[in-house]
Amino acid sequence: MTTPLLSLRGLTKAYPGVVANDDVSLEIGRGEIHALLGENGAGKSTLVKMIYGLVKPDSGNMQLNEAVFTPKDPRTARASGVGMVFQHFSLFDALTVAENIALGMEDAPAMSQLAARIREVSENYGLPLSPDRIVGDLSAGEQQRVEIIRCLLQDPKLLIMDEPTSVLTPQEVAVLFETLNKLRAEGTAILYISHKLEEIRTLCDTATILRLGKVVGTCVPADTTARDMAEMMVGTTLKTPKRSGSEPGEVVLKLDQLSLPPASAFGMPLREISLSLRKGEILGIGGVAGNGQDELLGSLSGETRASVGMIEYKSRDIADMGPNERRKIGLLSAPEERLGHAAAPDMSLVENAMLTGATREGLEKGGMLNWSAAGDFANRIIEAFDVRTPSAANAARSLSGGNLQKFVIGREVLQRPEVFVVNQPTWGVDASAAAAIRQALLDLAKSGAALIVISQDLDELMEISDRFAALNEGRLSQPRPAIGLTVEEIGLMLGGAHDLETAHV
Amino acid sequence: MIRFEKRPQPSRLFSLATPLLAVMATMVFGGFLFAVLGKDPVQSIVTIFWEPLFGEFAFYYRPQLLIKGAPLVLIAIGLALGFKAGVWNIGAEGQYIMGAIFGAGVGLAFYPTESLWIFPLMILAGAFGGWMWATIPAILKVKFGTNEILVSLMLVYVAEQFLASMSLGLLKNPEGFGFPGSRNLQQYASAHNTDIIAGSGMHWGVVAALIAVIFAYVLLARHRLGFAIRVTGEAPRAARFGGVNPSRLVLFCLGISGMLAGLAGMFEVSGPAGQITIDFNVGYGFTAIIVAFLGRLHPIGIMFAGLLMALTYIGGDIAQSQLQLPAAAIQVFQGMLLFFLLAFDLLTNYRVRIGSSEVPT
Repeated sequence: MTTPLLSLRGLTKAYPGVVANDDVSLEIGRGEIHALLGENGAGKSTLVKMIYGLVKPDSGNMQLNEAVFTPKDPRTARASGVGMVFQHFSLFDALTVAENIALGMEDAPAMSQLAARIREVSENYGLPLSPDRIVGDLSAGEQQRVEIIRCLLQDPKLLIMDEPTSVLTPQEVAVLFETLNKLRAEGTAILYISHKLEEIRTLCDTATILRLGKVVGTCVPADTTARDMAEMMVGTTLKTPKRSGSEPGEVVLKLDQLSLPPASAFGMPLREISLSLRKGEILGIGGVAGNGQDELLGSLSGETRASVGMIEYKSRDIADMGPNERRKIGLLSAPEERLGHAAAPDMSLVENAMLTGATREGLEKGGMLNWSAAGDFANRIIEAFDVRTPSAANAARSLSGGNLQKFVIGREVLQRPEVFVVNQPTWGVDASAAAAIRQALLDLAKSGAALIVISQDLDELMEISDRFAALNEGRLSQPRPAIGLTVEEIGLMLGGAHDLETAHV
Repeated sequence: MIRFEKRPQPSRLFSLATPLLAVMATMVFGGFLFAVLGKDPVQSIVTIFWEPLFGEFAFYYRPQLLIKGAPLVLIAIGLALGFKAGVWNIGAEGQYIMGAIFGAGVGLAFYPTESLWIFPLMILAGAFGGWMWATIPAILKVKFGTNEILVSLMLVYVAEQFLASMSLGLLKNPEGFGFPGSRNLQQYASAHNTDIIAGSGMHWGVVAALIAVIFAYVLLARHRLGFAIRVTGEAPRAARFGGVNPSRLVLFCLGISGMLAGLAGMFEVSGPAGQITIDFNVGYGFTAIIVAFLGRLHPIGIMFAGLLMALTYIGGDIAQSQLQLPAAAIQVFQGMLLFFLLAFDLLTNYRVRIGSSEVPT
């Protein structure tokens, strides 16, 4: 092998109380797609932030093109040919594609010239995108293209991509992979962060696996099984959740043509959603983020009210019931956003246990709150769901994402829901915690509860759901039995067939 | 380079220490200000903080502390309930005026009948006046999404005009030789808010303020509604998810703060002030905003903050007369207190780091 494009030697970065990166070395060659694998908190982000000049290493060195590389900020990194596409886009919804790109440039050319270049790059790399469109109207996949094109305009030698497929449909993933393959053929190196193992197996040439800040192995993904890579990531053997396999009982929840207007200018309406949910079954709802998931959960939790006749719970119309009235009769939910929606960030776990537990756990009597009972409830959640926290008095925001997620799910599961609606139960949660949460959901269904699990992780839905339906543009597809569905069929149900051209290689 | 790093948990130590730090910083910089004005800084500070409590004429100033502190505490308690929920009632001054007008109006309507029922009726009327005035911005906010800060503030000026019209018209003392202003309630036994213990300054408004402190404390710590207020302020979406109805909460917060401000106005007009006049209001409603924050929006804190503020008022007056400090300098001094409080507040949620800049994960 010739000299690598980028080589990292002994990079170490410590934060108070945690060594984020410990003596990390890796090499990326020209035209190589290099996967960076690891659980949340393994140090992937810190590592790429050092390469992109956002964080300075405590020790160790980096070489780019055989020259010492010490980017002092992202601008210097970009000037040296390093581009990065973040997982969360930094785009202005109200501006056009071209305006957004111009904002991120050092010396932006005239708008017409820039538009021409955007067209040229987007055609070259098979990323169809019109420069005049308003970003707020674009799908998540298209918004990602804006970010990618923004990088490509700088002609990078190394492109860093942080979890690029988490917001894409299978078809959009295929389009993206064609583009990345074309870049590889042109000699651009790509550092690809993901925890989706099958993707890495089809796309990447090499993989470096991080655990707790250390490199624990490298492999050629095509020759390694997904299970082996996962076990390297986690460091233990994974337990596969056991399916319930119970017979579904009577219908407990029925939606009839549920429609809701959008809550804001860039919100998504719900359009004529109908479904019936039986005791003991898990209905998985897939779909790309922003297609009505939040809205659907909000209308079931009672945060937004639908019209009379649209929602029926145990043959009873519950359209005008608020969240606590619905909790009282057994309809519980857990929203996607942990901090700020499912939990109040600056409040303690005890207070957050009170937030939804007051009614069903008898933590309140005639309006007066019983804090010691709430404390017991919080401790029960912490124990039953193995939430890692010094005590229940800690603020919600001091917990890691996975631990807070276990708390939020546990809080609802322990209240013995009869219908439980959950959005993104394992988003940003490490593999072992995710397995525990899925098992808890399966156990809940086995005990006779009915579940709606909304998720963007199709593997997760296939693993736990009995039936599967897809949300697209606020519409729900006809639910189908999950067993036997192929990836292609799911892709078509998701209907996110945005511009299915691929790169003209 | 100095930078601020967000703490994983708000610091309990600093949330308690900041008011003390703020008071100390105000003394230092206020002393500096007085020195620049050519006064002895130490003597000025001693005059403001020591004289009213332990000086030669403390027997006169101590009751004043209660008289000035009570309306501040009463109003600030109500404001704090709203501020905690992110409902910004800036118009307590107006609600204070309306409470006074309604309270005095009911009392004067019965003149010269003597009855035990008159004073309780006046209390109800005063509470109603303030509640009604604060409910205007609440309803406009809930129905039309208007900004309660602007509406409640503008209603202060409407209330001031109303006050002027009342003291020149409807409530004018028919035996007042044409001077503006109502009859003096201090000379109408059934309507007079007297000292419970003569000469102590302990009038019914002080009792009401104490009850409000206890009520607010229990509400916030133990009651579902207080919990709803706190969650709404911390995370509005989480509150909604937890079953809080935001519109009802806005109506409650503005309503209760208006009610308490109205009560403060009523106790003032029937006691220390005695009558409705054009310049009846002296800014308690605005100063109470400082008191609420100085007390960390905590009922017990507000009680102490109200007393401290009253102290700077009284001490400021003494400093003006004894040391010829300009009134504006005293106001700057009081403003400093809020300024330093907000500045030191940063330390509750952030810690200071000295070193290179970096973005932590």
